[in-house]
Amino acid sequence: MKALVFADSKDGSIVKSSFEAISYASKFASEVTVVTYAGVSDDQLSALGAYGAQKVIKASSLSDNDSQALTSLVCSVAQSEGSEAVVFSQDFTGKAVAGRVAVKLNAGLVSGAIDYPDTSSGFTVKKMAFSGKAFAHVKITSPIKVVSVLPNALGAENKGGSASVTEFSGQIEGSKVKITQSAQASSGGAAPLPEAELVVSAGRGLKGPENWGIVEDLANALGATTACSRPVADIGWRPHHEHVGQTGVAIRPNLYIAAGISGAIQHLAGVNGSKVIVVINTDPEAPFFKAADYGIVGDAFDVLPKLTEAVKKFKAS
Amino acid sequence: MKFLVCISKAPDTTSKIDFTDNATKFNEAGIQYIINPYDEWYALVRALELKESSGGEVTIITVGPQADEPVMRKALAIGADKAVRINAEATDSGFVANQIADYAAKENFDIVLCGKETINYNSSQVPAMIAAHLDYPLISLATKLDINGSTATLQRDGAGGEETVEVQTPFVLSAAKGMAEQRIPNMKGIMAARTKPLEVIEPTGSDVHTQVVSYEMPSGKAECKYLEPDQMDQLVELLHTEAKVI
Ligand SMILES: Cc1cc2nc3c(=O)[nH]c(=O)nc-3n(C[C@H](O)[C@H](O)[C@H](O)COP(=O)(O)OP(=O)(O)OC[C@H]3O[C@@H](n4cnc5c(N)ncnc54)[C@H](O)[C@@H]3O)c2cc1C
Repeated sequence: MKALVFADSKDGSIVKSSFEAISYASKFASEVTVVTYAGVSDDQLSALGAYGAQKVIKASSLSDNDSQALTSLVCSVAQSEGSEAVVFSQDFTGKAVAGRVAVKLNAGLVSGAIDYPDTSSGFTVKKMAFSGKAFAHVKITSPIKVVSVLPNALGAENKGGSASVTEFSGQIEGSKVKITQSAQASSGGAAPLPEAELVVSAGRGLKGPENWGIVEDLANALGATTACSRPVADIGWRPHHEHVGQTGVAIRPNLYIAAGISGAIQHLAGVNGSKVIVVINTDPEAPFFKAADYGIVGDAFDVLPKLTEAVKKFKAS
Repeated sequence: MKFLVCISKAPDTTSKIDFTDNATKFNEAGIQYIINPYDEWYALVRALELKESSGGEVTIITVGPQADEPVMRKALAIGADKAVRINAEATDSGFVANQIADYAAKENFDIVLCGKETINYNSSQVPAMIAAHLDYPLISLATKLDINGSTATLQRDGAGGEETVEVQTPFVLSAAKGMAEQRIPNMKGIMAARTKPLEVIEPTGSDVHTQVVSYEMPSGKAECKYLEPDQMDQLVELLHTEAKVI
């Protein structure tokens, strides 16, 4: 099977979730081509070979990530390459483009894949359903398959090697969306929440926004991204984009540390895909302990600084 | 301005999820349905606010069976002017998007608003698919929307943070948190909703390219290991050697 992978970039580098998407495609496809747009050096593109790409096609003339422009680029390459599968990461760009590409290629799409496709009878992909309370196995029945892979679900495997890099020569549809103010640099350079491997989160137990220093200290010591429960974002203690859960961002980090969060069902729904969960709560009956791997019954104001010190000691050793 | 808001039902967030027929069917027994929160809290309410400030009409659309009508009536109670139901099971995102786009193409809506994803499948597919069928621009994960004549100014979430963009109507957006605040319908709204028009349309033929083969429940978690507040060095050690996450 021939697969095409869309790779996104940020600040001149291919993003981590795109390495994962390429690695994903290389597990089931015999030939993997990557398509990307302006902003990344040829050396970096060639290095995508390490994740399983044979060929990289770049469109240097395209610099913004508009969904119509990218769709025309991806579809044009998919057609000229004869791609039977198109793979995205289910990140910001993937959400805007994968569905569009699927329609144009008259293909079925499974978004948020958390495992490699089962090709023993057709092409079936596993994804989360009901906000992580269950999984669904979804079969794509169209000749072309489109899959977007949940960030941080499967990792990227670097096997060494390099890919050829060529310039895209077709036409790209113009963007009708004008960016009038570009993104403000996200704070501290930590990974955006959906892609983060380590997350430190806190809830109403922290009592007020002025107390978040101890949460940020731990996050900084670990190199983690900060998150919060919904009421904390609703009352404006923390920005909305930090809200995780069923009605916020659904995440799947390797490590989720929750302090002063009770563990309501709607909160758990967005975080229970985390590989390891650490819960810090004064209440031994807090429901979150049932979902935890490690629990500390204690006051966040006492435990968080101690944990930060322990992390610093570990990092220094 | 004509607004079309795409409404999906979703199991109440406290629902216990379970399956029947050899894990191939979602067990609806005892399930209360609500409007998918992203559709209701953000997309619908923002459309209503804009209608109230600049005039226009808000139509809601659902692809689903007759059993979905109470959820649609709730959207009417919150303030939508009329409702359209495409009479078919919403089995596949591609099918749903195709049905909505076929309806929208005939009615010349200025803005088609969707929630960013449903809380049952979290797929985030329908908005982009509708935009593709209509050949409209898409503003994905929009957190703010203002209009001035036919020009709309939006904020959207991206990998690098929030971005401000401008686009001409018509376009499609997917609404994320920040765009509006939840509205509780009042008695007057609930009464008025009973007599608002709810049109039922038969589906157009469209291809279905995906199919759920089976569901699976997550395997149970191992017991939680408890540590004392003074054992944080040990916790770090466990995270490193046992859990291997740092
Ligand atoms: C439709 C719907 C959707 C929702 N979606 C979401 C969602 O996406 N995400 C979400 O998070 N919530 C969501 N909620 C809200 C959810 O039900 C809970 O109300 C919320 O998660 C509780 O937040 P919390 O744990 O921060 O606060 P609380 O429930 O108030 O819990 C605070 C916890 O802190 C502990 N505590 C207090 N002091 C300390 C201390 N000094 N040290 C340590 N622990 C302490 C307490 O024991 C308690 O367990 C939703 C609700 C509804 C109805």
